[in-house]
Amino acid sequence: MKQSLRFLVPAVLFAALVGFFVIGLQKDPSEIRSPLIGKSAPAFSLESLGDPALRVGTADLAGQPWLLNVWATWCGGCRQEHEALLEIAREGRVPIMGLDWRDERALALQWIAQLGNPYHSVAFDPEGRTAIDWGVYGAPETFLIGADGKVLHKQIGVMTPEIWRRDFLPLLSATGEGS
Amino acid sequence: MTRAAWFLASFLLASSAHAIDVERLDDPILQQRYEHLTHELRCLVCQNETIADSNATLAADLRRELREMLNAGKSDAEIRAFLTERYGDFVLYLPPVTPRTWLLWAAPALLLLGGMVVAALVILRRARTARANPAALEEEPENL
Repeated sequence: MKQSLRFLVPAVLFAALVGFFVIGLQKDPSEIRSPLIGKSAPAFSLESLGDPALRVGTADLAGQPWLLNVWATWCGGCRQEHEALLEIAREGRVPIMGLDWRDERALALQWIAQLGNPYHSVAFDPEGRTAIDWGVYGAPETFLIGADGKVLHKQIGVMTPEIWRRDFLPLLSATGEGS
Repeated sequence: MTRAAWFLASFLLASSAHAIDVERLDDPILQQRYEHLTHELRCLVCQNETIADSNATLAADLRRELREMLNAGKSDAEIRAFLTERYGDFVLYLPPVTPRTWLLWAAPALLLLGGMVVAALVILRRARTARANPAALEEEPENL
């Protein structure tokens, strides 16, 4: 065996290891790709946050693209992204349905009264069952559902105007906007 | 010194005997399957804990979901499928063998094989050196 190989082999192995670290350490391990992407959005019909007698569900927004925003009053990131959601609502390209996850109704209503209401409607999920169907594991999470009822994208963590423009708008243009 | 060691060792015992989950199923066989399943499913909020060990609300919700499915007569495979459809293979502490994970599964065998090849090469080389020049064997440690 040549003498130079003795140094070359560990050097190459080390370079490969560094390569793995450079790629691996830049990924956020808390962002797990949703297996729902490309599949039909899980249907639900829940009590409306504002009125327990009313039902709010996936059928309400069928046939057009829409957003599902999972939030709760105990969620700090949700407060951070609220302004961005209000902005998206003002833009008016897609309706936003809220899913109030494992929350208290009175607190949630107070939150909306104080911070403003970006939502077309808010479904109330105090037991977290619908959240499990959607593979939710941490609020805030925002899903984009296409006019065909398929999940196009999932944002894990705080929504910002930048993320909205970069990740959501191109998909929205591709799917064709509803009325 | 020994007393301190025993004192520390007692903590090891205490941690394994302690459980987060207090819910029980009526049927002991279902309870056993329940304990088995909760120990092989990952809590996605606190990713290095199983849903049996985690205090997170989501873990409690998933345990409730599991109990309901077990009581409804669902098989272990159906329950795993229910969770992977929603959360992906990442919820399983034992991921299935797929094109993306075969390297992970094969890694221990590949590393062992690689080690054996290297060991064989070294042994062969030394045997050759020893045959050609028996005196060289004594010098070998210094050459390394």
